[in-house]
Amino acid sequence: MLEVQNLSMRFGGLLAVDQVSVDVQEHEIVSIIGPNGAGKTTVFNCISGFYKPTGGKILFRGQEIQGKPDYKISRLGMVRTFQHVRLFGKMTVVENLLVAQHRHLNTNLIAGLLKTPDYREREKKSLERARYWLERVGLIDMANWEAGNLAYGQQRRLEIARCMVTEPQLLMLDEPAAGLNPAETKELDQLIVSLKEDYNVSVLLIEHDMSLVMGISDRINVINQGRPLASGTPDEIRQNDDVIKAYLGEA
Amino acid sequence: MAAQNFKHALFCAVITLVISYPILGLNLVAEGTSVGLEGATTGTVINVFLAAVAVFLFQLFRDNIMGIFGKVPNLNPLPKRGPVSQERRMLMERVFFVAIILFALLWPFIVSRGAVDLATLVLIYIMLALGLNVVVGLAGLLDLGYVAFYAVGAYTFALLSQYFGVSFWLALPIGALLAALFGFVLGFPVLRLRGDYLAIVTLGFGEIIRILLNNWTSLTGGPNGIGGIPDPTLFGMEFGRRVKEEGNVSFHETFGIAYSGEHKVIFLYLIALVLAIFTLLVIRRFMRMPVGRAWEALREDEIAARSLGLSRTAVKLSAFTIGAFFAGFAGTVFASKQGFISPESFVFLESAIILAIVVLGGMGSQVGVILAAIAVTILPELAREFSEYRMLIFGAAMVLMMVWRPQGLLPMRRIQIELKEQG
Ligand SMILES: Nc1ncnc2c1ncn2[C@@H]1O[C@H](COP(=O)(O)OP(=O)(O)O)[C@@H](O)[C@H]1O
Ligand SMILES: [Mg+2]
Repeated sequence: MLEVQNLSMRFGGLLAVDQVSVDVQEHEIVSIIGPNGAGKTTVFNCISGFYKPTGGKILFRGQEIQGKPDYKISRLGMVRTFQHVRLFGKMTVVENLLVAQHRHLNTNLIAGLLKTPDYREREKKSLERARYWLERVGLIDMANWEAGNLAYGQQRRLEIARCMVTEPQLLMLDEPAAGLNPAETKELDQLIVSLKEDYNVSVLLIEHDMSLVMGISDRINVINQGRPLASGTPDEIRQNDDVIKAYLGEA
Repeated sequence: MAAQNFKHALFCAVITLVISYPILGLNLVAEGTSVGLEGATTGTVINVFLAAVAVFLFQLFRDNIMGIFGKVPNLNPLPKRGPVSQERRMLMERVFFVAIILFALLWPFIVSRGAVDLATLVLIYIMLALGLNVVVGLAGLLDLGYVAFYAVGAYTFALLSQYFGVSFWLALPIGALLAALFGFVLGFPVLRLRGDYLAIVTLGFGEIIRILLNNWTSLTGGPNGIGGIPDPTLFGMEFGRRVKEEGNVSFHETFGIAYSGEHKVIFLYLIALVLAIFTLLVIRRFMRMPVGRAWEALREDEIAARSLGLSRTAVKLSAFTIGAFFAGFAGTVFASKQGFISPESFVFLESAIILAIVVLGGMGSQVGVILAAIAVTILPELAREFSEYRMLIFGAAMVLMMVWRPQGLLPMRRIQIELKEQG
């Protein structure tokens, strides 16, 4: 469904991403790994429309999307989380989920002022969806807390729930396990697999936690200093000499 | 420590002298064609030295003084309240609104004409502050030129009535919509700006409008302003002693009561009250609607908002447009109340006062903003003798608030949403 072809991104003199290709098929978890500064987040930023790539093509369901504005890309059904959690801190947990669902809501001002039946119906459905996902990630008891007051692990889960209420086809997670304790990482592991199995969402994952990546990925892309180093199944990656030398060897 | 404080205090005192003596202690005098210097009166010189001594003493005992200052929050009349339950809070808010509206309805019949006039002004400021609250408090866009939209509303009515004889009731929606259009248009160039840059551009915009009104003499009368703006009518009834407009009748004759100038003042007050309540309720609904949540999301984290498919353009423009719309409302009422407007009523200070109301009240909080609007408008009137020190008191109040209660009088409380029953 997603095809990134020879993507390049140059910041002044720095070629942060150089000819990287990634593809994600339906019902697949694909990971991007590589040392810090390898250009993984930059790839995400290009796909999600925050940066306009300086070279290459990005196709989503056959449609070229490189250079499209970010909000349009997310409306196509491709949403992401951030390496550093980005919640609407002063808004409550439910409100965070409602903001994400504005596409499902009746945003007509007059309809809202008059509370037309259609408006109420959609609002009710959105609340229902929010409730469902809060239960799913175990945050239902904090529904009316300010998001900024949640513990770190909870914030991470809320960020994923916030993506899921948009009912995406492709979910992009940027280091979702960073800062989580082993128990939380295990929960996350199960959650990601369940997103694929139960909700038919494809996942593009950036992660440093090797056991997590090796355990759940269908395919892995390794990049190093902006350049593609290897790609293949977890087993192939584990045995790839280049990868062992450049990356796994250090850890 | 003491020695260091002493040195520091001495230094501050000397600086005070160095700065203030040349400014206050020396005067420029014209001696024929050239300009000369001459010492000020002894009184002034003594004052300058006294000021230096005051600075010296303050700096010397700064730790003690600030220590006392630090204890002040304990005297805070609004201490950190425990979490009030959702129902209680909604009830309290509703009671507050109903009580204040009832009181406001009775007000004109129990007080003097001057007090009613002042209350109308308070209502105008409430409308302005509620409107600006959308832009600054909710959407987090620091707008320092809000008064421009107020001016657009007021001048729309003034010009329409002068050139086309348009009545208040027709001018009201036109003024508001035109102000909204200006808000929309201003929104475009500032879409990419945030924080300080946005503040400066909006400040400039406010000044441009004012200077334009001042200099486009053929249309607006320039600094002389526009007079003879008609009063509102009630179903074709005029409130003047004599009917001005063909086809209208006069209020006092229709009801067979003696003419009184008060009728008009009270009527205008009631219009302002209805419009202020309308503003309050509409914005209150907006805050609970997708658009209101989008404003806040943009304020909290623009990147996250965009990553979820919110268009920055649409969200920012809607905040500017809706905020400006209500300023246009307020402007039309203001023009009608004054009967005469000039660019002088729309200076930067006016923007600053409206912004101060929003900040004092508590960003995003409607009850807080209303309380602050009342306080900021009425207190200077009560303390007429101190009117020269109005800005000083104002500044001091702001500083105290920042130390004391940086979140405002009544900070915004989140709306709680019950989810479990839904299931
Ligand atoms: N906006 C930017 N401007 C300039 N350089 C950037 C920018 N974003 C990322 N970079 C650079 O690109 C390189 C890759 O960064 P990043 O994609 O964040 O790496 P990773 O996520 O793999 O740790 C780094 O050297 C970083 O400094
Ligand atoms: Mg990164």
